[in-house]
Amino acid sequence: MLKVKKDVVVIGGGPAGLAAAAEVYDNGVEDVIILERDFELGGILPQCIHNGFGLHYFKEELTGPEYSQRFENDVEERDIEVKLDTMVLDVTPDRKVYAMNQEEGFLEIEAGAVILAMGCRERTAGALGIPGTRPAGVLTAGTAQRFTNIEGYVPGEEVVILGSGDIGLIMARRMRLEGADVKAVCEILPYTGGLTRNVVQCLEDYDIPLLLNHTVTKIIGNDRLEAVEITEVDENMKPKPETSKIIKADTLLLSVGLIPENELSKKADVVLDDTTGGPFVNEGRETNIEGIFACGNVLHVHDLVDWVTQESQIAGNWAAKYVKGEYKRTGSKIKMKAGENVSYVIPHTIELDGSDRNRMPLYMRVSTPLMAVDINLYADGEKLYSFSEPFAKPGEMITVPLAQKTLDDLDDVKEIRVDIIEKEGQ
Amino acid sequence: MSQNKYDVIIVGGGISGCAVAWKLARYNLDVLLLEKDPDVATGTTKANTAIIHAGYNADPEKQKGRLNNKGNIQIKQIVKDLNIPFEEIGSLVVGMEGDDLSVLDELLEKGKRNGVEGLEIVDREWLLREEPHINKDVVAALWAPTAGIITPWEFALAMAQNAVANGAEIQLETEVLDVYTENGKVTGVKTNKGDYQTDYVVNAAGLYADDLAKMVGVEKIEIHPRKGEYYIYDHAKDFEINHVLFPIPTKISKGIVCTPTVEDNLLIGPTSDFVDSKEDLATTREGLDHVFEGAQKMFPDLTLQDSIRVFAGLRAADKTEDFVIEAADTVDGFVNVAGIQSPGLSSAPAIADLTAEILEDLGLTLEEKKDVIETREEPVRFYEMSNEERAEYVEDNKEYGKIICRCETVSYKEILDAIHGPVGARTVNAVKRRTRAGAGRCQGGFCGPRVTQILADELGIDTTEVRLEKNNSKIVEHKIKGLLGSKVIDNA
Repeated sequence: MLKVKKDVVVIGGGPAGLAAAAEVYDNGVEDVIILERDFELGGILPQCIHNGFGLHYFKEELTGPEYSQRFENDVEERDIEVKLDTMVLDVTPDRKVYAMNQEEGFLEIEAGAVILAMGCRERTAGALGIPGTRPAGVLTAGTAQRFTNIEGYVPGEEVVILGSGDIGLIMARRMRLEGADVKAVCEILPYTGGLTRNVVQCLEDYDIPLLLNHTVTKIIGNDRLEAVEITEVDENMKPKPETSKIIKADTLLLSVGLIPENELSKKADVVLDDTTGGPFVNEGRETNIEGIFACGNVLHVHDLVDWVTQESQIAGNWAAKYVKGEYKRTGSKIKMKAGENVSYVIPHTIELDGSDRNRMPLYMRVSTPLMAVDINLYADGEKLYSFSEPFAKPGEMITVPLAQKTLDDLDDVKEIRVDIIEKEGQ
Repeated sequence: MSQNKYDVIIVGGGISGCAVAWKLARYNLDVLLLEKDPDVATGTTKANTAIIHAGYNADPEKQKGRLNNKGNIQIKQIVKDLNIPFEEIGSLVVGMEGDDLSVLDELLEKGKRNGVEGLEIVDREWLLREEPHINKDVVAALWAPTAGIITPWEFALAMAQNAVANGAEIQLETEVLDVYTENGKVTGVKTNKGDYQTDYVVNAAGLYADDLAKMVGVEKIEIHPRKGEYYIYDHAKDFEINHVLFPIPTKISKGIVCTPTVEDNLLIGPTSDFVDSKEDLATTREGLDHVFEGAQKMFPDLTLQDSIRVFAGLRAADKTEDFVIEAADTVDGFVNVAGIQSPGLSSAPAIADLTAEILEDLGLTLEEKKDVIETREEPVRFYEMSNEERAEYVEDNKEYGKIICRCETVSYKEILDAIHGPVGARTVNAVKRRTRAGAGRCQGGFCGPRVTQILADELGIDTTEVRLEKNNSKIVEHKIKGLLGSKVIDNA
């Protein structure tokens, strides 16, 4: 077994891992390594050949591979060590990382700090428990995207999509462009789970029907999918049997949610938040385990890669500080609380150790969609400040900047609460 | 094919057919097993509760009752010889109210008559200690320490592989279309792949055993498919179940069972509903709800949070609700092994023994080979190894260093072995049954495209020809012009 020591081990070479590693390096910790299980860097981005990436971070519109390439270049320019085709099998609370690849065999890496950047996986048909058979042709939208854009195979010709998450919307258009008949996108909720621009550009522009309040109630076909039964649901999401109809299809794509991939985190005794599916973290994106950080979709599922990059730079910055001994936990914390109509706020806590807090965005999502909202922050019940947005949807993350100055005045505060409510006077 | 004349032809590669092949391959016989699908164990054998029953439930007057306990005892040795994952975790029939106690006593008596050892009635304290999540309303249970859990397709596959090692042949994707007879005696079978001559046919065709029996004029067998629906949970679940738990049984069913699997998943089910079609493998909303409600009666805290899959299997139940293991009375040389429903898995070796006896009675000479291979080499199972063991294997062969299925930690080498080993995998699901690649929480989302590509490469077929399971279950539709695929990029 090959045993080595590294200042920082980054697990995952997707957008989160790439940005975090470069940031670690730029903060003076050059002994950093990225472990990636796939044959190339970039995570999901190489298969996201559509545009729309980078509008916030680069102020220009890039494709997934282009966005990824810029960060791959950053890593290459810094000569940061990368191991591809390398699977991490275990992480311990004392930061030993066990991994494997074909060239070197089994590796044990003793890490000064670990950055968890494993991303997320897709919820499957099995997890939904859709009644019916288990034929070929039922797959997640992301798997279909890999088959189409990386492997070079079209999964099928008559397609129904369940769930209106962004990958589902993107794949509706992608399949149409490959000549498939995309019959419908069904969404059980009364609103879509994806970005507004994807609904417009991927469905409306291609006349693909979006059926809100609809779900797939039966999978039909023993060998290859033959048809699906779709049914309208009532306000409690219960199917109304009288509305059922059969749609002929050889392919059912699922875009019904993403689950942060935290199996390794659990092995390291990292405690997870049931709401986000990711670790509890402080403002440095440090988990309950000292020296183990998390960023990107392993922490919470993001809507845009731009925010992943931003968050991963925070994690990289603090991981470097941790290695250099410039940051220690104080134990004194402000708890962030998801208040009215807010499902979660990241980070979960702010630890007041006086470190640099120049970049302190709070990331959050609303529970239900609202037009014209007030975003109100309260410190121990007293209004801290407030601002308005034209709308808030669960599918789109909301970023709330928290200024250094605001934080400096909060030494005795125990809790900051965020409410996102209908704008007054509306 | 090497020849087309065999001493015995077994029709059907489920648990019964594989067990009979395993048994007969020990003798100086030319044995051929024909299976219509691309793999063994793709019917009832792959979709059941995966339990080796102790044998207290079956009626002592029936074949089921006579064979279950016998099979249970044999299996304990077979799993050692053939390296089949098995755990003797014991089962419980759980009573929730005072009236149930008399049922438990009846079962205890029946079990004793069937020769089941170790049975006892345990009290509430025992149950609460052994099963911390169990419904607090429990009053008592029948404890059967000899019951166990097994991987049913691995059980069938291991016997098939051992049969091949001892000289038996297996032809996959070979469907029997007719049975030839001459002067009241079996002479061969007609298949989609041509004719085979034989003096003896064993009908282990499962759901289709009645159709096959009719080919030689046996009308008394009537297989009525009875569906069972299930939920399966991820092994990373935070819910502990330590034994096989049954509620108080009804006349036709043992009720909703809650059990761990050998791979540490959690399995709940089955329903028990007669269906019209032998192809009806669809789960239903009502069925799944019934399963979950049943499981919640046993474990009120159980949720569907970590469930990763639903499935349905069909019991090949004969109208007599018993096994039908006997020589046909219409022709010589035809043995029915039909109606094999629960406890068929538990009885499999005993069913094979009985079949061999019947064949011998019909005139087949059973002369044991001198050098019978008794064991099967243990397949490498990376997912259950310690890191130290993994390090040793990778040191030895670097193909273990590439992990294909991340949820279940399955290496490239294991997948190659599954494809190229005896009774090799030809489909994505066949790889899954042999290695667990795709059996985890992401359900092949990550490894599916990779396994598909490996199968295409190793079998020398086009990716568009790779199938999930049977017939036309192809994974992808057609190639996109101009894209080269990850393999080419990988090698560039």
